[in-house]
Amino acid sequence: MPITYTSGEQVEVYRFSIPVTIGVPLLALFLQAFVPLRFPRFAVYFDLPLLVTIFFAMARRNPISGLLTGSVIGLAQDMLGHNPIGIYGIAKTVVGYGASSLGVKLDVENAGARFLVTLGFYLVHSAVYFTVARDLVNMTQTWSWLYGMLAALANSFVGVGLYFVLDKFKQRT
Amino acid sequence: MESVLGRYRNLIILVGVLFLQVLGLATQVKRGGNNDLESTRLIRIWVVGAITPFERGLIWIENGTGNLWHNYFYLRGVRAENRQLKEQIEQMRIEQVRLSEDAAQAHRLQALLTFKEQFISRTVAAQVIGSSGSDLSRIVYIDKGENAGIKKDMAVITADGIVGKVLVVYSSVAQVLVINDQTSGVGAILEKSRLQGYLKGKADGEIGMVGVMSDEQVAPGERVLTSGGDQIFPKGLPVGTVTKVANGKDLFLNISVKPAADLNKLEEVLVLVEKQERQTSAEDTGHVRAADILAQRLPSVPDKPATDPKAAGTAPAGSAQQPAASGGPKPAVTGAPPVVKKSASAAGSVATEPKPDSVKPAPAGTSVKPAKPVPAVPQSVPQSAPQSPPPVSPPPGDQTNPH
Repeated sequence: MPITYTSGEQVEVYRFSIPVTIGVPLLALFLQAFVPLRFPRFAVYFDLPLLVTIFFAMARRNPISGLLTGSVIGLAQDMLGHNPIGIYGIAKTVVGYGASSLGVKLDVENAGARFLVTLGFYLVHSAVYFTVARDLVNMTQTWSWLYGMLAALANSFVGVGLYFVLDKFKQRT
Repeated sequence: MESVLGRYRNLIILVGVLFLQVLGLATQVKRGGNNDLESTRLIRIWVVGAITPFERGLIWIENGTGNLWHNYFYLRGVRAENRQLKEQIEQMRIEQVRLSEDAAQAHRLQALLTFKEQFISRTVAAQVIGSSGSDLSRIVYIDKGENAGIKKDMAVITADGIVGKVLVVYSSVAQVLVINDQTSGVGAILEKSRLQGYLKGKADGEIGMVGVMSDEQVAPGERVLTSGGDQIFPKGLPVGTVTKVANGKDLFLNISVKPAADLNKLEEVLVLVEKQERQTSAEDTGHVRAADILAQRLPSVPDKPATDPKAAGTAPAGSAQQPAASGGPKPAVTGAPPVVKKSASAAGSVATEPKPDSVKPAPAGTSVKPAKPVPAVPQSVPQSAPQSPPPVSPPPGDQTNPH
């Protein structure tokens, strides 16, 4: 499972076409809202907008771009629910910034690295979400390490597959 | 200074973006309640407008494919199912007669209590097309909105039980807060013990009934109904069943409730767009004399054929025969228990003492006290099934003791 440290000159920075930039997050949001109607546990264990945030942030390797992507996707996810807008926004902003900052320093092109990065950022996302929801919004929250790890593993597996599909849309700068 | 800003540019932007979001969050939290949803309505409508057309389209395709398959290709076992359903309808008709009887009795008792009832007078069927996609916001989207007459705070139900209430309404879609959400609350009552409380969603998606004192006796398996106290759901709709009872904090019981409707697999729902509130009146229930009740219970003796036109003309109203006022011929009684006429025209009629020959003789050993006018006896048989009167339950004040 090689995770190589690379200099800023060595890493490749990718960009995406506008339809992909808009369409993929929208598709992720759509699936996140629609699939639970048929598979109710889907929303409990999977967070497709998070995976898309991590992918775009890692591929672009630009912290500002990463945090803005995370912010927009997170806020859009908030708007689909009825809780105050900003809980997912804050969590995904942090993840977007972190993933893009990590992408600058690490080679995250291989499956092992992607798996670990997704696992770690899922937990970071959950922790930020939990803190904001409980301490800022005063929502009742229950934290379970077992559930958290299971969900992180499930997202990591799905993420690795999803990233390889989304790699097809990458354009070299 | 510039070098510092340049060096920490990314971090400064991160902090700035986070600060703006925290500020927005704080504003919404401070405003609180549903005002927050109204204030952010314009922002939310963008995402809802972008996502829901796709969901609606997918549901349409899914339904179309499903209908094509089930209605034209996959018809195996339909004949047997049809036969089974017909049998079921017959059974339900019999059940309906019995339930009508109970309903009429309840109606009469409500009238005595000058009860205000809420009736569901109009519903709109809607298809569930989406969710929030988060387990911390248990809402669903339905494909009907303002255009279909949906308004905020309308109750949403299925045939099995209640689902939730309309939270936000857009032009062609509406957001429904499901009863297992943490911010949801429903006035509830336990069916047998009549203990009242309210239902609240938990973080894990379960539902709990709150507000029942720990010294009360609540057994698992008891049904929970809406109490009507929330002014959203009419009284008496099924909510769920008690699954677990435990002592909680602050002298209250922790009651877990399994919802009657399958909240995880919602497809079609009904929105109660119109509720009618009316005061129950005793006149609705009609009046039947005690003698009529007696006549129905006791073994009947065939009447003599009406030979004397005078006798026929003076038959008491409300007896087994047609009222004399109609002037019609006296119908032949064939030994079957006389059918008590309980039409709406009888409502409010003053009970009169029957003629001795109109009251059937009581069998030996039966003590029958003199008939008293009964205040209000339910209309025992609905108009749809007049030929088979079900047994009439004894009304309060009925002094008859047939055995």
